[in-house]
Amino acid sequence: MDTLASRRKVLQMVFYIIATVFVLRLLFIQVLNKNYKQLANNNVLRKVTLYPSRGLIYDRNGKLILFNQAEYDLLVVPGQIKKFDTLNLCNTLGLEISNFKKELFKAYKYSRFKPTVIVKGIQSELYAQLQEDLFLYPGFYAQVRMVRTYPIAAAAHVLGYISEVTLKQIDKSDGYYQQGDYIGTGGLEQYYEKILRGKKGVKYVLVDVHNREQGAFNEGQMDTLAIPGINLHSTLDIDLQQYGEKLMQGKVGSVVAIDPSTGEVLAMISSPTYDPRLITGRERGKNFSKLYADSLKPLFVRPLKASYPPGSIYKPLLGLIGLQEQAILPSSTYSCAGAYSVGSSRVGCHHSGFVNNIIEAIQHSCNAYFCMSFRKMVDNNKYKTVAQGLDSWKSYLSSFGIGVRMKTDLPGVGYGFIPGSDYYNEIYGVGHWNSLTIVSLGIGQGEIGLTPLQMANEMTAIANHGWFYTPHLVKKVDDDTSTVLKIFKEKNIIPIEKKWFDVTVEAMKEVVEAGTGQIAQIPGLTMGGKTGTAQNPHGKDHSLFICFSPVVDPKIAIAVIVENAGFGASYGAPIASLMIEKYLNDTISTPRKYLEQRMFEADLIHNKFQQTPVH
Amino acid sequence: MIDKRKTNNNLDWVIILLYGVFVSIGLLVVYASSHDDSRPFFDTRQLYIRQLIWVCTSIIIASFILVTDNKIYTTFAYFIYAAVLIMVIGVFFFGHEVNGNKNWFEIGSFQLQPSEFAKFSVALVLAKYLGNQNNNLKSNKTKMVSLALIFFPALLIQLQGDTGSTLVFLSFFLVLYRFGLPGEFLALGLGVLTLSVFSLLIDKFTLIAILFIMAGASLYFIKRTKVAYFVIAGLFICASLYVTTTNYVFNHVLRSHQQERIKVLLGQEVNVKDADYNVRQSKIAIGSGGFLGKGPLHGTLTKYNFVPEQHTDFIFCTIGEEYGFLGTTLFVSLFLFLLIRILSLAERQRSKFSRIYAYGVASILFFHFLINIGMTIGLAPVIGIPLPFISYGGSSLWSFTILLFILIKLDADRLAVLR
Repeated sequence: MDTLASRRKVLQMVFYIIATVFVLRLLFIQVLNKNYKQLANNNVLRKVTLYPSRGLIYDRNGKLILFNQAEYDLLVVPGQIKKFDTLNLCNTLGLEISNFKKELFKAYKYSRFKPTVIVKGIQSELYAQLQEDLFLYPGFYAQVRMVRTYPIAAAAHVLGYISEVTLKQIDKSDGYYQQGDYIGTGGLEQYYEKILRGKKGVKYVLVDVHNREQGAFNEGQMDTLAIPGINLHSTLDIDLQQYGEKLMQGKVGSVVAIDPSTGEVLAMISSPTYDPRLITGRERGKNFSKLYADSLKPLFVRPLKASYPPGSIYKPLLGLIGLQEQAILPSSTYSCAGAYSVGSSRVGCHHSGFVNNIIEAIQHSCNAYFCMSFRKMVDNNKYKTVAQGLDSWKSYLSSFGIGVRMKTDLPGVGYGFIPGSDYYNEIYGVGHWNSLTIVSLGIGQGEIGLTPLQMANEMTAIANHGWFYTPHLVKKVDDDTSTVLKIFKEKNIIPIEKKWFDVTVEAMKEVVEAGTGQIAQIPGLTMGGKTGTAQNPHGKDHSLFICFSPVVDPKIAIAVIVENAGFGASYGAPIASLMIEKYLNDTISTPRKYLEQRMFEADLIHNKFQQTPVH
Repeated sequence: MIDKRKTNNNLDWVIILLYGVFVSIGLLVVYASSHDDSRPFFDTRQLYIRQLIWVCTSIIIASFILVTDNKIYTTFAYFIYAAVLIMVIGVFFFGHEVNGNKNWFEIGSFQLQPSEFAKFSVALVLAKYLGNQNNNLKSNKTKMVSLALIFFPALLIQLQGDTGSTLVFLSFFLVLYRFGLPGEFLALGLGVLTLSVFSLLIDKFTLIAILFIMAGASLYFIKRTKVAYFVIAGLFICASLYVTTTNYVFNHVLRSHQQERIKVLLGQEVNVKDADYNVRQSKIAIGSGGFLGKGPLHGTLTKYNFVPEQHTDFIFCTIGEEYGFLGTTLFVSLFLFLLIRILSLAERQRSKFSRIYAYGVASILFFHFLINIGMTIGLAPVIGIPLPFISYGGSSLWSFTILLFILIKLDADRLAVLR
């Protein structure tokens, strides 16, 4: 027709080109680029974590001491609310209407389609009531949540608690934990986390654009079930623990009781303690910060972490080492003049008079005798220098678990402190110190420090005449394949001859029968013990006592420390002996009731404050 | 013997069949993207049931067009044009506002969008005007009148806030081009478009510097006559002025959501989630379809409403997600086939009116195809215009049906008269 006819071709070409461009683009996004599939799955697939129930903990007699209880959270999806009786709902839950409405408005502002928790931690009794009426409130849902529950308010420090994982813990967990998960913190909850927590399950669900669940993905083929946590059987005797906590009321200090034949810890008390129920459930945050701010540090685990100068309770150890090293003989004598004086050095002694042998020295806790023994030992001819002598002394103490970290199944087990030659070389310079410089180590003062757990273990090793099992808190895991408890079946042998233990045990028996610890006597029971009175720079002396009973085939060894309470015999010995009596006889004999009463009532914390007000 | 002059013996069944296929695909994907299982299957609140009603009425309209005399369109083209314009203006007074666009009539529970009908009325009126042997696009008067016929309804629709429908009128440039508008105009149009895009992407002083260098360079290659100097200097000055004003227009004339959509297309960062959300979700839905697709009614993003407006402007996502690359390629090919078929129909018309009208139909359908599919796969800006015959919506289905069936009627009568 005209030259314009060619323009039809141009238009046709444009149509073809555009269609081709579209097909190429579609080829790219639909076939070549695989990202879009992943993005689509991210859109519609949600991974829902199924939380297993946490393992339970029983005491040594099968009493349940830690379990899970259902608590309910009330959720609301604001977009689904229909008209409902606000007053009725608030009355059922015991809430104020104005607060409730405020929360509801907040939820509405957050999202109309996503569920928001509006009431937390509804107890199961209340939930039972609510459940019946829940159909009246469309848009409201209940969601169950498991809370750790302590049926007996005791052993908070041993059991520990659970708390939300920190970012650091998430990083270290190889992807196991996610934000918002709970993890054991402190105590058995932390140490046995991997056993108690079980294994999380996972469920994949499809969701719509408003995040509402629309059913299972792939018919649930990729889903896994949650595997519940494994139960633990603790070595604790919860009745003894509770009794001990009652005795320690109003006092700062620790008690550790061990069954010497197995190394099982029967009681581990850190005073002041706290009710473990305070830091679960609704009021957790508030209570936790209160405990954290308390000047008496109730959250501090004293039996494991506090390091005290042992004072005289360490004398039996020194005697044993001295005998083994042949620095002294059982029959070594010493004439005590109420002090150990060499040159300008003077170590005072409560006792004075002639000491016939080591038994009398321990019985009367003669400072001068042990200063002499200590010096003889480190200056022993066997060793070229005092440094070697001191390090030998230190290695003996290590074999008792002192100055080293014992492999007890709790987190944060302390080392205590035993100074070696390095330590003094650092302070005084090599060759610028001698046995006299460090003579206070001979009476358990100075730099030396023991944790209450180490003191109890010392008693255990002596009661056993030279061996011990590492003290531990769990005797059985409800899972045959677990090997965590294997190390607690290995005997630790102390490189000191049994005959020297015989002598020491004899001496410790005398302490209770006719020495400084007579107040600990229990009718019908044989007992060995040792008092200690540790000087400390922070105030009145600490009262210490270690003992075991019966002397033959011992059933319990115990260490008690009461801070700023004076002589070992004043608080340490009564509390230790009462616990032994309770454990072995189950009741306190009538003549000793007054002692029990006195211990229950003694409130050193507040008395102390009256004497020296703290401002 | 078959009388070729009788309408029914000359119907182009290929196009009618294509129409049937597209409308069926439309019903299927509207069902997939909008069915609500909590309601009964036959419930007029279900969008596919409504669409079915629109399809049925469309078939009635189509039949009506085929049995009536084509003189209605050829003789009364100006009248139809005027009537539609009055309807469009009527919206200003009696209209109903949806999504900030006041371009709906409400009749009972159904809504009608007069701007949709402006398209075929402009196609008719252009055919009528340019079909007159006295009017030639080489003359300036013809150019002016043609542009006025196109832009007057476009302006009214823009005033109602429906930028998408307004832009559709640009498609008539293809018709003007085909029937004699000098190619330079198309080149100029493309040049302006390119310049607009670059002026939004690059700093205006940099762009002017680049233009200056280009002007200088072009003098190197052409014969340096006085006229050439003037033309190039003039072009440079106009371009520079244009660049400086584009920014102003962009920032002060366009609405913020239009600015965002253009920015998204240009790949510039936009903080507002809504702007690129549609395109992103749409690309994800189409991309996740893979080669074979997830199968009918198995599009997870479709089912769970991840792509907003999926049953209307983003309906192509459903095809992409459920039928995969195979389905989309087939769809694009079918549409291309329809366009090419219309072009060949156009060329066999003896009447200039019919031929121009046919080009109008092809251009409108092409523009919808270009923009609608282009935006779902991220090649065109998000301009809310429907995919012909597929998208949910009565007005658009009616208007496309009328548009196409007038062509079929004209084509069927092509041997009856010589106009």
